[in-house]
Amino acid sequence: MSNLGIEVRSLSKSFSKRKGLMRTRRSVTRALADVSFEVAVGETYGLLGPNGSGKSTLIRVLSTLLTPDEGDVRMLGYHIPGEEDEVRRRVGRVSVDAAFYKKLSARENLLYSALLYGLDKAAAERRALEILEALGMEGEKFTDPLEELSRGMQQKVAITRALLVNPPLLLLDEPTTGLDPKSRRDVQTFLEKLRGEHGTTILLTSHDMAETERLCARIGFIAGGRLIAEGTADELKATAGAETLDDAFIALAGQKLDDEGEKRREAVLAEA
Amino acid sequence: MEQVLRQTWGFLFRDYHLTRRYFSWVVVFTFYAVVNSATVVLIGVAAGDRRLTLTLMVGVMLWGLLSVVFQEIANSITYERWEGTLEYTFMAPVSRLIHLAGVSLFSTAYAVVRAVIIVLGMLLFVDIDLSRANWPGLVVVLAVSSVAFIGLGLMAAVLPVFSPERGAEATNIFQGVLLLVSGVYYDVSVLPRWLQPLSVVSPATYALSACRKLVGIGAGSEMVAGAPLSACAYELTVLTLMGLVFVPLGLYVFALVERWAKQTGKLKRTG
Repeated sequence: MSNLGIEVRSLSKSFSKRKGLMRTRRSVTRALADVSFEVAVGETYGLLGPNGSGKSTLIRVLSTLLTPDEGDVRMLGYHIPGEEDEVRRRVGRVSVDAAFYKKLSARENLLYSALLYGLDKAAAERRALEILEALGMEGEKFTDPLEELSRGMQQKVAITRALLVNPPLLLLDEPTTGLDPKSRRDVQTFLEKLRGEHGTTILLTSHDMAETERLCARIGFIAGGRLIAEGTADELKATAGAETLDDAFIALAGQKLDDEGEKRREAVLAEA
Repeated sequence: MEQVLRQTWGFLFRDYHLTRRYFSWVVVFTFYAVVNSATVVLIGVAAGDRRLTLTLMVGVMLWGLLSVVFQEIANSITYERWEGTLEYTFMAPVSRLIHLAGVSLFSTAYAVVRAVIIVLGMLLFVDIDLSRANWPGLVVVLAVSSVAFIGLGLMAAVLPVFSPERGAEATNIFQGVLLLVSGVYYDVSVLPRWLQPLSVVSPATYALSACRKLVGIGAGSEMVAGAPLSACAYELTVLTLMGLVFVPLGLYVFALVERWAKQTGKLKRTG
């Protein structure tokens, strides 16, 4: 049996859009081009890249929400396309945009999600409260409508939703974007604990260098839909002859990460 | 089996709580529906024509039920795209059959409760004797026609996948055409000849025809006792066939559009 959590070979994905008055012109955007990488079971792998580099598209393909044009994808040994049902049972996903029924409470949103996965309601409620507590969210917010919760709390609920079913594989698409420093630390600590205690395989996309360096054993640089380099943080710095991961990215990708990532990095450094 | 029941319950649980959270809007819409229905039925009262009054009442009741079944199912995907939850629903290990069955079950239950309130509300405005109607027969016809409308709802539910806004617009136009061609408040024979063929493909046409017989609206101007269910054999056969065709067709169309959406990236949040 393979000890790979994620196996991606020559993955490509393009989107086409019709343009013009009669919509006869067609423009094609290559979101992913010949991407290949592997993540071992229990490993946390980081994907760093600016906005529009293909990170979210890759996460969507791995989540079975997008069909790849070319290439071979295996999640815990199950193929995409072909074995999506098996993949869905084993994968949790957190996206940058915490999508919920905002009028419903955290409890109602989480129990709805748990029921879709066939979980017992009472057991799911207990587990949800445990996870939220570990993430540093007070229990009394559990029954408040999500629209009344802060962005950070909503993101913690989103992480709880992904973890309710105890998935062996987690896809985290910029899970800490927009969080305050304390919330970010809470989430990062929880992810480290999760990997340590349950051996969860994690794919984390980010444009936050400090977070990626803290959490990920290996890191891939993605730009323009291509995986341009991968290795440990030290290997990437050495390859680029750079002092920092940020400089390594600039040297290897020929571009900077976005301003938001830069600001967060500065904030983290200031905090440290 | 337990998992299937939990998953189906999940959609009922979600829709119940969403209805609860938007309860003031539910009250407002239901109030409007009752008042609107009463104004339509009072046209018959003003004309002093019991037959017309009953014809309008059957139309209001049936349309109040079937249009809500259709609308709730058709709009369920629109709500999910606006909230951004569609990706999470599609990522869950739930078959599309269970997903859409759960949505349809809640929509039907919601529509039945609303239709009962509308009928009770109308009775406050109109003094009409419905004791001679064939009530068990009416329940059978409404149940059979609801299945056909669920099928139509499933087909309309794919429209918001293409575009939530355009999809909602198209759903309303489709619903309007059904209202026009089905003879909800009049006999379809009064429609222009070029429009009449469309009434043949609307399940509401047959449901209305059957309900009018069962309530006791005869061919002439006199009121008669509600007909036995056997008098509606033709309508029931057509409605059953429509249900048998529309539901699997709706599921098939949904599966095709889901596959297309996954190729083109159309499941993302919009709105």
